[in-house]
Amino acid sequence: MKHLWLTAYTDIIESLRARWFMVYSLVFGGIVVLLFAFGLSESRIMGFTGLSRLLVTYIQLSMAILPIFVLITTVRSVAGDREAGVFEYMLSLPVSLAAWFWGRFFGRFFVVFLPVFLAMLGAVIWGVIKDSEIPWNLFIYYTALLMALAWCFLGIGMLISTLARSSDVAQGAAFITWLTLLLFLDLILLGIMIQENLPPQTAVAIALANPMQVFRTATMMLFDPQLVLLGPTAYIILDNFSQAGYIAYAVIYPVVFGSICAGTGYFFFQRSDLP
Amino acid sequence: MIQFSNVTKKFRRNEVLKGIDLTIQRGHRVALVGSNGAGKTTLIRCLLGEYNCTGSVTIDDMNPREFRQQVLSKVGFVPQLPPPLRMPVGQLIRFASSLCNADPQRMIDVAKQLGFDALQFKHQPFVKLSGGQKQKLLISIALGRDSELLVMDEPAANLDPEARHILFKLLAEKQKTSAMLISSHRLDEVASLVNRVVEMDQGKIVLDDEVADLVDMSSMLLCSISMIRHEDAFARALTEWGFKTEDDHRTTWKGIVAGPDRLRFLGMLSRYAALLAGIQMKEAGEQQQTGVENVG
Repeated sequence: MKHLWLTAYTDIIESLRARWFMVYSLVFGGIVVLLFAFGLSESRIMGFTGLSRLLVTYIQLSMAILPIFVLITTVRSVAGDREAGVFEYMLSLPVSLAAWFWGRFFGRFFVVFLPVFLAMLGAVIWGVIKDSEIPWNLFIYYTALLMALAWCFLGIGMLISTLARSSDVAQGAAFITWLTLLLFLDLILLGIMIQENLPPQTAVAIALANPMQVFRTATMMLFDPQLVLLGPTAYIILDNFSQAGYIAYAVIYPVVFGSICAGTGYFFFQRSDLP
Repeated sequence: MIQFSNVTKKFRRNEVLKGIDLTIQRGHRVALVGSNGAGKTTLIRCLLGEYNCTGSVTIDDMNPREFRQQVLSKVGFVPQLPPPLRMPVGQLIRFASSLCNADPQRMIDVAKQLGFDALQFKHQPFVKLSGGQKQKLLISIALGRDSELLVMDEPAANLDPEARHILFKLLAEKQKTSAMLISSHRLDEVASLVNRVVEMDQGKIVLDDEVADLVDMSSMLLCSISMIRHEDAFARALTEWGFKTEDDHRTTWKGIVAGPDRLRFLGMLSRYAALLAGIQMKEAGEQQQTGVENVG
């Protein structure tokens, strides 16, 4: 256990000094600053105003940016480290493969979640300073959703990094994975498939299996509890899950999915050539 | 101590190691030589348990893949190319010493002996150090703990003559209790460090020979060089070896060469053979060595 936390800590120290982390932090910090700058916290949509409005917009933007950022930075740095000889040296030290793999996973999770959370926290602190009403339930729920999303895509990223033998292949695979999940959102391919008479059960199953769609629907649910925006699919979701059930599913499913991907990644990692 | 039995490694259809059989005992200092692509790095990676291979590799009867921690806690490894780690020097020492259950101060002390003040650079990212500093730090991490097997890929390649001499002395201290595997694509770089040469070519061992073990790794040679006339390039080369001249015509130079470095030094001299008027090399006594170290 000591080696696991030591590896996690070392990975955090490595990542905090990496250029990708600076860009990543600037993007998420920048989004919040821009939302404030454009007065989004003052505007109103579907009854949401103030910080709630800002957080709703922030989470929608995060859905578009967070998965691809987590995927690309994870595969680039993990597969890149392998190519550059970092694995060769670090794995010549007496660290168990489990401690190394999971240590890096936890360290990386901390690093990818930190800027996203700090940006949201910054918005809340600004709200406190400005004496605005703080939507704590929204803040806690969005924090949980973002954690689940980051965990999920980190798990996918670790799996891709393990299977791909070069960072170029890993980046390509990460991009295709993200694009596939994006295409199967209700806005794009799924909508067309339903138009083309895809059985509703299949459409719903695809939507429930796609972590990006699960996240999108869950975030939608907070400002649109009846999921009017989603159309008839909303009945299936609400009948089968109820609102609270779906919210729990939206947090648990991506965590389980990410864990399975990371676990599969570890299975192949410990059986394959390491450097 | 180390046993390779019929070790074969394939990358897709490319067979990089072809049935390697090799035994290395404690006290053996093996030069693993061969041209690029001969299979040296692959053999080392199999030894460190980093590659899967067919056949068997054992260190003290343990498979390095199955008993990673037990095996690797005995192995000090210095790679040819330092990894581009962004973590600070202090963190790297803490990380390595903690994994190896070693005292970080020992690593810092070895680094200091090699001429690298790790404490001064403790906040500096490893990747921002010079090639020589990185090499010294990696050697310190490998030697600053109780390793029984040293695996080094061109360990002295980036070191200045003084640091090379310290490295030879540190290796001399370990030679009775440890085995050493020193990889290089040039035998003359490592010849004086070893008592056995294993040459690889296209994945096979083509030569496995004991060599005369007459050079004391911690020995020093007092050298005096005289030239027929001064030549800037030759003078620069001698200065790089720490030689000095007190002669107004700058034709007579004196300095110290580490015993195991004599072949390398003579190799350098051979480039200026036409300018040489005389060479004298004499084994330095213990008193002179101490004096030299104090000067260093």
